[in-house]
Amino acid sequence: METVSTDVVIVGAGGAGLRAAIALAETAPKLRVALISKVYPMRSHTCAAEGGAAGVIKPDDSFDFHFHDTVGGGDWLSDQDCVEYFIHEAPRELLQLEHWGCPWNREADGSVAVRPFGGMKKQRTWFAADKSGFHILHTLFQTSLQFPSITRFDEYFGLDLLMHDGRCRGLTAMEMRSGELRQFHAKAVIIAGGGAGRMFPFSTNGAIKTGDGMAMAYRAGAPLKDMEFVQYHPTGLPNTGSLLTEACRGEGGILTNKHGRRYLQDYGMGPETPVGQPQLKTMELGPRDRLSQAYWHELQKGNTVSTPWGECVLLDMRHLGAKKIRERLPLVHELAESYLGVDIIKDPVPIRPVVHYMMGGISTNTAAATPLPGLFAAGECACVSLNGANRLGSNSLVELLVFGRRAALSAIEYIHDLSPTNTSPLEAAADATRQRVEALHRRDDGNESMSGLRREMMDTMEKNVGIYRTEAGLQEGVNKIHELRERYTRVKLTDKSRVFNTDLFQILELGSMLDCAEAVTVGALARRESRGAHQRLDYVERDDTNFLRHTMVYRQDAELPRVDYLDVVITRSPPGVRDYSGDKR
Amino acid sequence: MNAPFPPPPSQEGGDGGSQAMPAPYHDGLPSGRPSGKTMKERLVQLEVLRYNPDTDTEAHFQRYEVMCQEEWVVLDALNKVKESIDPTLNYRWSCHMAVCGSCGMMINGEPKLSCHSFLRDYEGVIRVEPLTHFPVERDLVTAPDDFMEKLKRVKPYVITKQKKPIEAGEYKQTPAQLMKFRQYSMCINCMLCYAACPEYGLTPHFVGPAALTLAHRYNLDSRDEGRRERMEVVATREGVWECTFVGACSEVCPAQVDPASALQQLKIVGSIDWIVEHLLPGGKP
Repeated sequence: METVSTDVVIVGAGGAGLRAAIALAETAPKLRVALISKVYPMRSHTCAAEGGAAGVIKPDDSFDFHFHDTVGGGDWLSDQDCVEYFIHEAPRELLQLEHWGCPWNREADGSVAVRPFGGMKKQRTWFAADKSGFHILHTLFQTSLQFPSITRFDEYFGLDLLMHDGRCRGLTAMEMRSGELRQFHAKAVIIAGGGAGRMFPFSTNGAIKTGDGMAMAYRAGAPLKDMEFVQYHPTGLPNTGSLLTEACRGEGGILTNKHGRRYLQDYGMGPETPVGQPQLKTMELGPRDRLSQAYWHELQKGNTVSTPWGECVLLDMRHLGAKKIRERLPLVHELAESYLGVDIIKDPVPIRPVVHYMMGGISTNTAAATPLPGLFAAGECACVSLNGANRLGSNSLVELLVFGRRAALSAIEYIHDLSPTNTSPLEAAADATRQRVEALHRRDDGNESMSGLRREMMDTMEKNVGIYRTEAGLQEGVNKIHELRERYTRVKLTDKSRVFNTDLFQILELGSMLDCAEAVTVGALARRESRGAHQRLDYVERDDTNFLRHTMVYRQDAELPRVDYLDVVITRSPPGVRDYSGDKR
Repeated sequence: MNAPFPPPPSQEGGDGGSQAMPAPYHDGLPSGRPSGKTMKERLVQLEVLRYNPDTDTEAHFQRYEVMCQEEWVVLDALNKVKESIDPTLNYRWSCHMAVCGSCGMMINGEPKLSCHSFLRDYEGVIRVEPLTHFPVERDLVTAPDDFMEKLKRVKPYVITKQKKPIEAGEYKQTPAQLMKFRQYSMCINCMLCYAACPEYGLTPHFVGPAALTLAHRYNLDSRDEGRRERMEVVATREGVWECTFVGACSEVCPAQVDPASALQQLKIVGSIDWIVEHLLPGGKP
């Protein structure tokens, strides 16, 4: 197996991975950076983010407001020292992107424009039409091209971390076009591998979001934190699951049921605001968890609209007018038109909640460090505890930047103090990967199909770990996912070729998703309370006495994972009531 | 105190699950559970060019028949083939919303994103081949190395003489200044324009539509001072002067970037630079 010796390996070349790579190249240009990804950087799912990125910049806004919006939005499960660090770094990072050429929308005087977003008390979302993530990703990718210390390994599929003496010293990966294995020996590893939304059947996530980075760390002994918190975005296209950005509502779009009623007022987010005059932090600008839960209640009451694509509510943007829609929501206009045949200028568009984002991930602290020395993580794959139990829209794009950079700075510090060690034990560790892949190729008695197991996993997650959960349902989910993990050991590789073998990659991805799914189900079963995106029909209240703490899930090979807890860091905002009545009470 | 919602409906029967949401059935296949109305279905025939360097001396077509919903795209049909008929079929895809640029292929001879090619627009057998003008790795997977190298060569990043500190705040850029280049910043790097460009097919050293357009995008950005550096790559025989203005690039562009117009503007800029440099005394563009 060929060896690549480098200083830092980054797994994942989306927003967080690219930001980390650039920070390394700028701050420590002598360190060699290997940036590996299973896709070319421009394909990373950051490109699909639409609405924008939050950072305090306008005179009527303040760090305090952003702090309290984030902590309350997260139902007090955010670590407040982390939120503090984040809100102060956010505007710097967004300005940095501006200097790198990101085409942010502008005010008439040339300053950066901001738009309203859900759960935010002030307008603070920087945006580039409704392709903000796309522009952030391409700006970072293009900027990264000027740094000679960054070597990209595009379409290398990351496999296993290489551990020695308890430290992370690199990883193994497969060059996808040749099928050959490589070992990367490094002083530090940063995982920026994205989320795992594809474990659900109906998701805004691209096909590549299979939790490989999370699973890689989890298998190496790092805990996954707060995995039970899965965000449903309230407005997805009902057939493809494509996201219709929260900016639809930020710009003034309204949600109605089959009676034409703006039903959000019936769920603690009223009273009704005038149509076309969105008010911050109330009605359609409430937080995502509350909006998705309100849909579920409307479904139970029979207030939804039956469509060929299932039960929906309506997102009505007609009153915004053609000009504003074309200027500020061109992608939404195009998506609804081509995939659903609805012209949002003329008609309301049917929508329903769709799995969007994992609040949980590899446990990291505010320095983006995992509990494993030498291993850092950033972006959706990490749980730095910024988002708590429910992420606010437009915080995640900034999270990529702030903690991508932080991971790089932490890695530099770590390497500085590291004493040299010999690399021969790594060779032996890498051999375990070779055996794992070869076993898949050699197995002739495999009798489980990849697509069959994947279907069962998705159906289980949808049925038992959805917007509302119960003890019995979750127990069934835990049992089923555990069973699927066992059956996965007999999965059949049909395609035995070396070159670009997507049958093999999908099997590896399924393994990652099953690991992540197990952490989600086990964490959800253990959390007997309702908080943010984790809602239990049998424990309807938030329980700060027993559950104001993070779930930490540790992998055990054939056994169910071990669940532990970690206290939430509270500095200046004691748990309180989430009020989305728009200060009207 | 923390539950703003009315009490949940009672849980009777209890099959263990919470009330089911409408759910699609296949991975990556859009299909809400029909309620009342049924979806129109259709048997789709695909003819896919297969090539495996491990076993094949040359490429060959393989025919598949799959039941699809009328509103699906070609990518959905391929996904159904892979899931239910042939796991050895290989292609790239991710976002299913025409923004990641992964799934470019030739569909009935035209460069298209398969996630944005609607079955309703095709009759009869649909022929699917790898993106032309690029070497094939396997099946529909092509090697974009040449494109990646060209992207880098045009220096697609803001170049300034002096670095502005973050503390100095943002560069002011009016909406009019933004609009000058925004269209050219929308390229998703799907490479359809390279597959459509006859010039790139004939002379592979041509820098090509997407990369040149990106150079133009930065040249037009009010924050940038790197035009001169970039023009050393752009205003050359391998650069814009290779373009014969066929305009196929703009026709196939799924992001309405209009590379052809960018290239024509670059030619004008290049000509003016040349005139200033060569014909005006002491001239520097």
